[in-house]
Amino acid sequence: MLRALPVSPAVILLALFLAGPIGYCAYIAFTDLQLTGQAESSFVGLDNFREAFGDERFLNAVWLTLVFTFLSSIVGQNTLGLALATLMQRASKPVRTLTGAIVVTAWVLPEVVAGFLLYAFFRREGTLNAVLDFLHLPSQNWLFTLPILAVSFANVWRGTAFSMLVYSAALNEIPKEITEAAEVDGAGGWRRMWHITLPMIRRSIGTNLMLNTLQTLSVFGLIWVMTRGGPGNDSQTLPLFMYEQAFQKSMIGYGTAVALLLLLVGSLFSVVYMRLLRTEV
Amino acid sequence: MLVVAAAFILPLAWVVLSSLDPKADLRVRLPDSLTLDNYDQVLTPEITFTPLLNSLLLCGGGTLLTVVCAALAAYPLSRYRSRLNRPFMLTILFATSLPITAIMVPVYALFVQVDLIDTMQGTIFFFAASQLPFAIWLMKNFMDGVPKELEEAAWTDGASSFQSLLRIVLPLMGPGVAVVTVFSFVMMWGNFFVPFMLLLTPEQMPASVSINDFFGNKGTVVYGQLAAFSILYSTPVILLYVLVSRKLGGGFALGGAVKG
Repeated sequence: MLRALPVSPAVILLALFLAGPIGYCAYIAFTDLQLTGQAESSFVGLDNFREAFGDERFLNAVWLTLVFTFLSSIVGQNTLGLALATLMQRASKPVRTLTGAIVVTAWVLPEVVAGFLLYAFFRREGTLNAVLDFLHLPSQNWLFTLPILAVSFANVWRGTAFSMLVYSAALNEIPKEITEAAEVDGAGGWRRMWHITLPMIRRSIGTNLMLNTLQTLSVFGLIWVMTRGGPGNDSQTLPLFMYEQAFQKSMIGYGTAVALLLLLVGSLFSVVYMRLLRTEV
Repeated sequence: MLVVAAAFILPLAWVVLSSLDPKADLRVRLPDSLTLDNYDQVLTPEITFTPLLNSLLLCGGGTLLTVVCAALAAYPLSRYRSRLNRPFMLTILFATSLPITAIMVPVYALFVQVDLIDTMQGTIFFFAASQLPFAIWLMKNFMDGVPKELEEAAWTDGASSFQSLLRIVLPLMGPGVAVVTVFSFVMMWGNFFVPFMLLLTPEQMPASVSINDFFGNKGTVVYGQLAAFSILYSTPVILLYVLVSRKLGGGFALGGAVKG
């Protein structure tokens, strides 16, 4: 018993500030708690959830979250990260160091700063349009016409370093002999990638996809800074929808119901992630 | 790869160049003349020093709490066998990947009830709790790498567990402790949503939130100053990252998390 004593500060903190809110979340999601003008909240059962699934704006947020997660995490960060890691294996040292440094800097930057940089990049009078003008390509107001694409790209910009580091580590662990043997047998680059590299790093791919997805699911600051979820609701993913319902519309109960759904999806991914890592514990 | 690098560098180039450009706008361009005016303008207590000090208090406090609690918790998990270890570590692993964003609304509601809203200590506690799962996980893995024999020698000499943790185990896993510390600090330093929700008075705002003031309230945006502030705000974490990754090789933070 005494031996477990040192764990107690951590357990107390976790219980009070993490498990507590999660439990509280599960409770107020079933009430009609509001921010103002209400003395008591009452239990409303599944009303919040029923309302959510009948609410066009909620469904819109779900759809945008799916698009955002798919584009930026599964396609963007994951693929680009793998591509960069693969290219780096063969690149010269200066190129490798330089690219690595730039990509990692984008990752280490505070969320809000990254948001501003990409906001400046995508604005009508921003850099992207300047480049497009220079190439004689049509420019447009990206944050207005394709906001979800712009924030997805921003998330790729910010998050790719993580995948790159994971995959670089994984690729370094593949024994040289195996790739060399395949080369001798006449397998080209793509075939080696498909038949040897990918199967050998498939566990890294799994865990990386899981972590990317979980990260992306909870992105708030980046989108908030760039578009505030707008124009209209065109880039309003679930975290922003939750925030709007709970604070701008003062419906904490409803906002929390949305939060609980987000948490459930997150837990689901988390469980899959644990299964992928299960031999480690 | 150089094309990708170029695409990645453009937004970064903007912030560096604009911060030195007296007529900065939203476009990347070489300034006609270089100036430090933008930095001069933002280096005031109100704009820069107070928010950065607040950030330092919040993240420093949060990190200290995280590292101390994580080290204490990791010790018995790493050193003693118990039926509870495995379920505990699994719970921790599960918690590391929960989307914290989702619980900010109930945390806010809870903080209002217990009167912790708009307090530094409340925010520090929450920061620490949200980083703890990952910190414990990393810390335990690093601690497992310290051989037990050295400690046993100390025990024979009459040292308590606590003494051996403090004098032998932690010094031997110095790099591990550094990784946990820097990682926690960097995560908190860049976090926007937590202080945005839990703090209300402008005087307490950390840099991640106060940077918003450049937009909106104050009329037109002076992009040069915004860029200068962004650089001042980002530099500490970039330096910390460089320092630690120099010593331990890139991707240090991923060590325990994504072994596959």
